[in-house]
Amino acid sequence: MLEALMKIFGKSEKTSRQVARERLQVVLIHDRAKIAPEVMEHLREDIIRVISNYMEINRQDMEISLANDENSVALVANIPVSRVKHLR
Amino acid sequence: MSEVIVITSGKGGVGKTTTTANLGVGIAQKGKRVALIDVDTGLRNLDLLLGLENRIMYDLIDVTQGRQPYKKALVKHKKYETLFLLPTSQVKDKSAVTPEQLIKLCDEMRPDFDYILIDCPAGIEQGFMTAIAAADSCIVVTMPEISAVRDADKIIGELGRADKENIKLVVNRIRPQMVEKGDMLDMDDINDLLSIDCIGQVPDDELVIKATNDGKPVIAMEKSMAGQAYRNIVRRLFGEKVPFMEFPKDSFFTRLKKAFGL
Repeated sequence: MLEALMKIFGKSEKTSRQVARERLQVVLIHDRAKIAPEVMEHLREDIIRVISNYMEINRQDMEISLANDENSVALVANIPVSRVKHLR
Repeated sequence: MSEVIVITSGKGGVGKTTTTANLGVGIAQKGKRVALIDVDTGLRNLDLLLGLENRIMYDLIDVTQGRQPYKKALVKHKKYETLFLLPTSQVKDKSAVTPEQLIKLCDEMRPDFDYILIDCPAGIEQGFMTAIAAADSCIVVTMPEISAVRDADKIIGELGRADKENIKLVVNRIRPQMVEKGDMLDMDDINDLLSIDCIGQVPDDELVIKATNDGKPVIAMEKSMAGQAYRNIVRRLFGEKVPFMEFPKDSFFTRLKKAFGL
């Protein structure tokens, strides 16, 4: 009975439409995050260029990758700094 | 100036061929010259939806392999005199036509037509690459179902990698009552997820099946909701601003009755 009333007033917990929407949001992030190696390489070069304006970094040991979590994707960068420039 | 439009989807069964047939008839109804090229080689169906299956003499492969000029392979529609079909082969496979061959063919056809619509096979293999090669713009057909939306996203990515910029979305087979109940994604949901412009939303309509049975696309049926949706898409293709149709919604009392299983 309560469920029937909820239906009439359009209030129930999560609709299957919302579930579909949320699942798709996550899966599309994962799908799109499968970036081609050359794109990753461009990204790496760009990051090096920007950071080099502020500090010297150890290019050999730096690591950049995309980490998949259950419901998000993160760009993870581990960039060893060898020297910080004097900033004006 | 002619425009070559590819109709594609990724997933099969979402209504690519139905969309191609309907837009073709709709464009011809406006007096424009339009050619439909079926590139779904091996799985020929566009001829059936248009009621032209008994009039095919030559096919796309005869043309691309130089055995016949394209004008001999074109099938003219009896009812819509500016509508032509270039059917594909039922026996060859999807590698029988190369992207270069299709580009060459479209360039040859452009002076004779206002629009050339290309019906793309499902999947992202060579048949897809061939179908999109000559296209100036793309229509991605999807439906409110998660695997169809995911595949559409994949296709949009592939089109971007192939430097296609003008991409529009058609959301097909929407069931308004299910959307209303919260059981189905609607056009706005899909629009948000795929971040691409929608050029049409087509309700699921039994008349589409009937139209297919008869070989007369539903766009010609005045009273059909799907027909109306396709007519709107044609107007938008011509650059008109047409508001998206409102689907009839269940009233409070219908919801009340349904909730109690009446």
